[in-house]
Amino acid sequence: MGVAATGLLVGGIALSLLWAPEDANQGFSQKIFYIHVPIALTAYACFGVGAWKALRLLWTGDRRYDLESYTAIHLGVIFGLLTLVTGSIWAKISWGHWWTWGERQLVLFLILFLFYSSYFMLRYSTDPGSRRERNSAVYALFGVVLIPVSFLAVRIAGTILHPTIFTHEGANLPGSMLLAFCICLAGMLALAATLYRVELAGKRIDASMRELRELLA
Amino acid sequence: MTTSEKYVTAAYLVFLAAVLVYLVIIALKVGRLEQDLAELTRAAREKRSG
Repeated sequence: MGVAATGLLVGGIALSLLWAPEDANQGFSQKIFYIHVPIALTAYACFGVGAWKALRLLWTGDRRYDLESYTAIHLGVIFGLLTLVTGSIWAKISWGHWWTWGERQLVLFLILFLFYSSYFMLRYSTDPGSRRERNSAVYALFGVVLIPVSFLAVRIAGTILHPTIFTHEGANLPGSMLLAFCICLAGMLALAATLYRVELAGKRIDASMRELRELLA
Repeated sequence: MTTSEKYVTAAYLVFLAAVLVYLVIIALKVGRLEQDLAELTRAAREKRSG
């Protein structure tokens, strides 16, 4: 998975920078699109997985889903932060500002990011155990409602500044740009999946070691 | 290098730096787990022999 992620990302970035044509309106600055949008979509995917695992925890009561939900949300927050940073850089070139409060999609994404950032405060404010797991799962599930709202906001609101590439009619991109974008997106999702597996394995080993330490004490 | 190129480079470098920082954190964590495992193995051996 790690090799696939590296290959796809290196290939996708190379295609986007060297092969895909420059945008007629934005010029070279549009190249940020090839990492900014895949990072944002990956953040949504991570939050979605976190919520799905939270639902599984509440549904089945299986405690392993708590760690899986937590790991996915942790990664979602990292990708969310990267979305905000790369988006701000793009905004500075395109609009002349690092941030604008007038754009609903930006503000809604910031709310989504802050909501899931607060997840950690909630989680660590209670002692480990089933109560913490249930509270965290319910919180993670509430946040998932913000994902479609954030995603659809720009389409519903009729934005002025933030570009809308994917509409009901399809992608407003030439084939070469779309191909480079899809490869970057696949690479970003593969990277997230790899990091998810590595982080989850680390956390599981950590938990097993703690248990072992208690048994040996 | 034009202004656009500088900003695009900065955006890509931010992403690369984040991945590298993440890998360093994971590497440090693996190192810590390795130490803990060695410590637990020693404790288990001592318990069995003593």
